[in-house]
Amino acid sequence: MNRRSREPESKSNRSAKSSGTKVSGAKTVESSGLKLFSAWWRHHRSSCSNSLLRLLESPLQSLLTWMVIAIAVALPAGLYLGLQNVQQLGQGWQDSAQMSAFLARGAKPRAIEKLQAKLTKDDGIAAIDIISPSKALAEFQQYSGLGDALTNLDENPLPTVLVIQPESAVNTPDALAALQTRIKANALVDNVQLDMGWLRRLHELLALGERIVFALGALLSLGVLLVIGNTLRLAIENRRDEIVVTKMVGGTNGFVRRPFLYTGLWYGIGGGLLAIILLLFVGLWLSNPVSNLVTLYESEHSLKGLGFESSFVLLLGSGLLGWLGAWLAVSRHLRGIEPS
Amino acid sequence: MIRFDNVSKRYSEGHDALLGVNFELESGEMAFLTGHSGAGKSTLLKLIMLIERPTRGQVLIGGKNLARISASQIPYLRRQIGVVFQNHQLLFDRTVFDNVALPLQISGMPLKDQGKRVRAALDKVGLLHKEKENPMALSGGEQQRVGIARAVVNKPAILLADEPTGNLDPQLSAEIMQLFQDFQNVGVTVLIATHDISLIESMPCPLMELSHGRLIRSDMDALRSTSDE
Repeated sequence: MNRRSREPESKSNRSAKSSGTKVSGAKTVESSGLKLFSAWWRHHRSSCSNSLLRLLESPLQSLLTWMVIAIAVALPAGLYLGLQNVQQLGQGWQDSAQMSAFLARGAKPRAIEKLQAKLTKDDGIAAIDIISPSKALAEFQQYSGLGDALTNLDENPLPTVLVIQPESAVNTPDALAALQTRIKANALVDNVQLDMGWLRRLHELLALGERIVFALGALLSLGVLLVIGNTLRLAIENRRDEIVVTKMVGGTNGFVRRPFLYTGLWYGIGGGLLAIILLLFVGLWLSNPVSNLVTLYESEHSLKGLGFESSFVLLLGSGLLGWLGAWLAVSRHLRGIEPS
Repeated sequence: MIRFDNVSKRYSEGHDALLGVNFELESGEMAFLTGHSGAGKSTLLKLIMLIERPTRGQVLIGGKNLARISASQIPYLRRQIGVVFQNHQLLFDRTVFDNVALPLQISGMPLKDQGKRVRAALDKVGLLHKEKENPMALSGGEQQRVGIARAVVNKPAILLADEPTGNLDPQLSAEIMQLFQDFQNVGVTVLIATHDISLIESMPCPLMELSHGRLIRSDMDALRSTSDE
């Protein structure tokens, strides 16, 4: 009887021993995986919300940090947007990159027709327009203001011109140059004119601009890391007592680190949000002069903003930067704070 | 429960804080640790908490050799040891309740159970009615009792106290000591470092005395040899 009544107790003792590493006497907490996970999840949630509340408790100070981050993020993002707009504008111009093929003088109409038929089959050519010498002369008379002088000419000095519209896919300087060579290879073609100088320059400028934006972006990201790192260093210093006590009563490094990582995340996300708003305002402010300017160039390009997707990426990126900055600061400074 | 085997601790400046200390405190025992200031009392407690590691010798807690506990396991060891400090180390940015709940939050106890445990601990030290107050608004004795509640809320196997009555008057000190004895009565191993001689003499507990890092008196050995006879 006595032995039987003792059995359950010894059983529960055994299960207590196997379930935890607790020294006997400490009450064994049922530490099933699910419970641990839910505790971990709860701490994440509370760290997440508490760190935001903490930032909102001193709104002016937080706003200053957010503004610094916003400017550092908005600057390269804005330049990138500008670059993209110029690139699109450049593509629009390239669409109208026509070539003029001057044919040999005295080319027979049948030979010209044959050439036209051949060129139409070329993948790089979208359309061909023939300007006959007489038509060209008439146009020239009309627009040049030399009308009367030209009527005195014995014969029409102008050659037949094929105005060639390249396919829109053929838009890089190299592809256009290749097309130019192909056209020029025909015996009937005297010369092919294509103003590629400005195209080349635009391409090189855009490539340079891209590099500058990336370099600036990298530098300013480093700036954001340092700003957040320094802000968090102060936050850690302010909560030194709490960290010591927490470590003393058994808080793991992860537990101590968590609220600070969320603080960094909030700094990053807040800064990113402000940067998006900043870019929106700058975009609105610029849209009128830009559309006026573009109209002068006979283009219908309108200023493109960030858009939903890029805004999301920007927010994610700055949030990540904040988290990373916090990591750097926390891993550097928390190690130094131990109970003594 | 707490065993020191020939433990020495030399700080990097070359100062010997402990020299060849041997003792064993069994489960459910309560003892005093005394000695002049700088004798090594705090160092001894720090070795148990793994705030410091010994230069030589071994410290065993609950049969576990602390030398085998890695840095990442230290938090889990500390959760099994309650500590009461002279300056109580309360956090003034939260209520009494939240101060006491901190060890439970760390170990991830469900909120409902946390409330029960915290209130039980506060009830034990007679401060249940102050749970919503800020510890700053409490008297020195009350703050010390909140510190004790926090130390025991996890139901640790071991309770350490470093000068727990340091700046309390004799009557409050006696109350605090009574609390420690209550915990011993329910099976907690209690080690109290103090130089308050009058306090020690009023309690029927074994005494260990440190002098310049050496253990010059240990009542536990005497107790064990008499009980062996």
